[in-house]
Amino acid sequence: MADKRQDLIDQELQDLNNDGVDRRGFLKCMAWAGTGLVWTMSGGIPVSRAFAKSSGSGKDAGVAADFSFVQISDSHIGFNKPANPDVTATLQTAINKINAMPHKPDFIIHTGDLSQLSKPSEFDTLDQVLKGASAKKIYFVPGEHDMLSDNGDEYLQRFGKGTKGAGYYSFDHKGVHFVGLVNVANLKAGGMGSLGHEQLEWLEDDLKGRSASTPIVLFAHIPLWTIYPDWGWGTDDSEQALSYVKRFGSVTVLNGHIHQIMQKIEGNVSFHTAMSTAFPQPAPGTAPSAGPMKVPADQLQRVLGITDVNYQVSGRSLAVVDSPLGASAPSPSANRGESRIVDSIFG
Amino acid sequence: MKKKNVWIAIFAMAAIAALLMASPRATANDQASTASAEVVIDNFVFGPQTVTVPIGTTVTWTNRDDIPHTVVSTEGVFKSKVRDTDEKFSYTFTKAGTYPYYCSVHPKMTGTVVVK
Repeated sequence: MADKRQDLIDQELQDLNNDGVDRRGFLKCMAWAGTGLVWTMSGGIPVSRAFAKSSGSGKDAGVAADFSFVQISDSHIGFNKPANPDVTATLQTAINKINAMPHKPDFIIHTGDLSQLSKPSEFDTLDQVLKGASAKKIYFVPGEHDMLSDNGDEYLQRFGKGTKGAGYYSFDHKGVHFVGLVNVANLKAGGMGSLGHEQLEWLEDDLKGRSASTPIVLFAHIPLWTIYPDWGWGTDDSEQALSYVKRFGSVTVLNGHIHQIMQKIEGNVSFHTAMSTAFPQPAPGTAPSAGPMKVPADQLQRVLGITDVNYQVSGRSLAVVDSPLGASAPSPSANRGESRIVDSIFG
Repeated sequence: MKKKNVWIAIFAMAAIAALLMASPRATANDQASTASAEVVIDNFVFGPQTVTVPIGTTVTWTNRDDIPHTVVSTEGVFKSKVRDTDEKFSYTFTKAGTYPYYCSVHPKMTGTVVVK
């Protein structure tokens, strides 16, 4: 079984080797990493790197990251169905995990679906839990669940002060340019996520004049790459947005919405989706719909998690590590998760 | 040839419409006041995807998913508030026509009400 998978991986590697990028070690790393995976972007080239679970050991122990931040997503405060009757508790677990990190993240990015129904009480609860985070600065973008009343006014007043349109903005942090995009507003019948003309124009303008060596991080709720159109897992006009970042040497795209890890590397652009802190969703096409996936209670924390992103100036690299909230020992279910990640890269 | 078929189809539709118009008004209204139809949202699908109803029918949508949805006319005729699990939305159709709608939260979800 393992051999067969290795063969498949080798085959895929050969197919892709014409870009001069060695992904062999990268994939091998993913095959055993168990709780998550690491990749680095070095001058726009993905390089394999072992995921050292304890930051105090392993080859990378001596490499100090210039800074790190954490991505959390899809906390769905207010959701109370069997898939997770206590989403506030699992968000709290995520925050505890962040607070226990050996390196303190400079800030947290929440990639949307803060709430289940955009209710003030849900936003209040989220606020209360996030106040306990050691990182005081938290950047948000809305998910479709945060725009369910008054065109998202409740969200904007609380989490989108000073933003443009439905809540998009950009900021710089230690030499990295971050752009928060909104692709959940004014969705058209039959379509997927949408950025819209006005936001695209703003993005083009925002990136204009920046040096191609500036690392760029784009974050938005719905994936900015098409994962599964039947379930709306993509953004109709993302290609135009991505055309504006093509000239940059290192681009990282962080999304949520699909409640599972998916990765893709295209040229200098690395795409990554995060786990939810609330409930998992099925892999594309494996269920009648994208609704919440029910797993045994003792396994829930293995399919929820956070994403830790490390940035190193020396290599102009971003390393992304996903870790589940719960038990991190390799398990049959974790193995299945890994092969899904491999599939998603080449699928 | 193709064009001719189209004209025949249009003529046939017009004829049917004329027949419907010719039916006694009072009867039609009596039916209208009590007529109802159900659409159920299950697994991110409106079912049935197309409902055909007489004028005056009240269509009721019920959300059976664990995830909230909306029922929004593509042409701005009707718009529900967000409907959570087991919540309903009703709209009474008083004019003949075809009414496409979708879920504004999950726009891949579409449906149509045809009122005759």
